Amino acid sequence: MNWTLVNDRPIYIQLTEQITQYIVAGVFKPGARMASVRDLAADAGVNPNTMQRAMAELERNGLVKTHRTTGRIITEDLEMLNNIRNELAGARVTEFLEGMKTIGFSPKEAAALLTEKAALLEDKKEEAV
Amino acid sequence: MNQVNLIECQGLCKYFLTARAVDGLDLTIGRGRIVGLLGPNGSGKTTLIKLLNGLLVPTHGAVRIDGEAPGPYTHSIVSYLPDRMYLSDWMRTADLIDFFTDFYADFDRVKAHDMLRSLNISPGDRLKTMSKGTKEKVQLIVTMARQSQLYLLDEPSGGVDPAARDYILNTILTNYSENATVMISTHLISDIERVLDEVVFLKNGIMTLHDTVDNIREHEGKSVDQLFREVFAC
Repeated sequence: MNWTLVNDRPIYIQLTEQITQYIVAGVFKPGARMASVRDLAADAGVNPNTMQRAMAELERNGLVKTHRTTGRIITEDLEMLNNIRNELAGARVTEFLEGMKTIGFSPKEAAALLTEKAALLEDKKEEAV
Repeated sequence: MNQVNLIECQGLCKYFLTARAVDGLDLTIGRGRIVGLLGPNGSGKTTLIKLLNGLLVPTHGAVRIDGEAPGPYTHSIVSYLPDRMYLSDWMRTADLIDFFTDFYADFDRVKAHDMLRSLNISPGDRLKTMSKGTKEKVQLIVTMARQSQLYLLDEPSGGVDPAARDYILNTILTNYSENATVMISTHLISDIERVLDEVVFLKNGIMTLHDTVDNIREHEGKSVDQLFREVFAC
């Protein structure tokens, strides 16, 4: 697992965001069991208490559920996962457009460039097949 | 679980002839925490650790470990890494492990050998032939191989290379039990910041801050390392 932590924000919030990403991206599968807090903490190189706090946050958001006997399970509510995924995608798009604006591209021009690039990538994929 | 706080200091003072090394410290630390003890040179970090370990006697005030004043009982539950080499040069690492097994009932020699192997230190090596960093690693290994309740690590990673530092941090993270607390004094804050629960800032023997890392990041919008550089700017 790849963990990127920056310096100016609380660690547990960053962990929560990254695990959320892994869940909506399907790296952690719906209905699957989460690794233990201790293992996750060791993997990320963070304090177990911090990881515990991130887990509590994920539970509060409904992304994971704790069962007394089976441990932590990732939610199978696909609709919720989809909503979160769309939300995250929206934020990324906004960020992209703002970045393009700083170098003088209108949203339309940015979109055109994006379509062009996407087509190019598709072509490459087909060639590879 | 035990309800008593692991560390309790009340009005703790240690005065030397001209200096107030620790001055009126009130500090409570629970179990299962990793605590960073941070402060510039001469701020009282080592003095505090020595007071906790019973190597120094307070001028005023009291210190309790698991409810008891430092003594034979606290020595049996506290594993201490001093800020300098204290092991005999002629020893081989294998001798050292025998020595610690004799000395401490809670010493886990299998774990010690595992850690030595991971860091490529041979049991037959003499301390005399080792580099500064390797000696520090050996010292840390024998400290962490005890099943203690409190680990007091005074500058554990100064001479150790960054790759081994990561390994050592991982060792600390995976080896302390949920009941145990680790207190680490260091200047290399950015390296260890993400494994810490809470930090204590010392300045001229006075505690100026005691908070969790995430609280500091949340309220200050900066890392503990950045905050330290600002608070203690020369």
